[in-house]
Amino acid sequence: MASLKDLRNRIASVKSTQKITSAMKMVAAAKLRRAQEQAEAARPYAERMDRMLGSLAASLQGRAGVSPMLAGTGDDNVHLLVAVTSDRGLCGGFNTGIVRRTRQMAAELTDAGKTVKILCVGRKGRDLLRRDWADAIVGAYSDIGRRRLGFEDADAIAGKITEMFEAGEFDVCTMVYNRFKSVISQVVTAQQLIPFASPESEAQDEANDGGGALAAIYSYEPDEAEILADLLPRNLAVQVFRGLLESTASEHGARMTAMDNATRNAGDMIAGLTLTYNRTRQAQITKELIEIISGAEAL
Amino acid sequence: MADEKVEFELVSPERLLSSEAVDMVVVPGAEGDFGVLPRHSLLISAVRTGVIQVWNGNAVTDRIFVAGGFCEVTGERCTVLAEEAVRVDDIDRGAVEAELKNLREDAADAKSPEERSAVEARIATREAMLAAA
Repeated sequence: MASLKDLRNRIASVKSTQKITSAMKMVAAAKLRRAQEQAEAARPYAERMDRMLGSLAASLQGRAGVSPMLAGTGDDNVHLLVAVTSDRGLCGGFNTGIVRRTRQMAAELTDAGKTVKILCVGRKGRDLLRRDWADAIVGAYSDIGRRRLGFEDADAIAGKITEMFEAGEFDVCTMVYNRFKSVISQVVTAQQLIPFASPESEAQDEANDGGGALAAIYSYEPDEAEILADLLPRNLAVQVFRGLLESTASEHGARMTAMDNATRNAGDMIAGLTLTYNRTRQAQITKELIEIISGAEAL
Repeated sequence: MADEKVEFELVSPERLLSSEAVDMVVVPGAEGDFGVLPRHSLLISAVRTGVIQVWNGNAVTDRIFVAGGFCEVTGERCTVLAEEAVRVDDIDRGAVEAELKNLREDAADAKSPEERSAVEARIATREAMLAAA
């Protein structure tokens, strides 16, 4: 039986843990709001980019010599997986989900006789993947968006991907990230970046409404191929940026939920410990009383 | 004609900078400046570094500096996707000059040719920004 002093100490320690987790929850909530606003603000650009690319792709369809970024290299021997994780832990299943999916994809691809390369964004992903896929990791980014996620961060990653693609280091590029569904639910999503595939059918529909049908009569300045050559790397950066924003929002959402659970568990634990503490205290008082009474009776 | 307007939208990757109905927009296209009036023909153009002019009535009401991007024009809309955009009035000469000085030092320190060309591209943008201010 734990002594009263031990119980008091344990209660105090759980209480201070609870204070930390509830503070972390508050911080995550504030950061989540900011991340959501940012994701919201970045949406118009991505939408219009999709629309423009949609009409361009439609007008170039079936033509020879289309950029391999759009049409693919014709092979799919080497796959590049971009795993987007966070730099910090304590956010529930956020990172493990991504790592599990990446491992699974890498294992499937390897079984199918393909070569896998992994680009890690975020410290946690690198730490976890380094154990069994150390040879496949071709690069790692950390401290992305430490203060505020900027487009430059996405641009740097997209630049690296483009560079590798142009050097012929991979044929297909897929980004694995957490899509922000709601505060309590983040969906691990694998999105193909190269060759370019429209991320959602929604975007495709919109492209059709917005200009797809009219694509044939757009004039281009300079010509389609040149604009496309410019637009595709930009679009890659936009897709990466979107992924990073979703991932950031998801991270804060996941952390908020995890910390909320932790705070609640700490509360339950405190209640349990306090009950034990009071019972022990009462038992001790009763015991002392019995001792006194039986002592008095013996006289 | 007079009551017809062009929906002018300027977006950067991080946010929607402006969305308004105006009389005319003059965009610095890759192959020369072009003015967009209502019922303009459909056009997609690359945008070079320069200044977008927004016309209302017979006067320029807004001047916005853009560092490259793309422009999509339809009969009723003109959408500019800019990589970087600042209102000319908001350009802070002092800050840009300080940044330019830093960048020149970076260019002198740059190790690889890629690094140097990246810094030089930024220098060119800042210089254009100063010229516009």
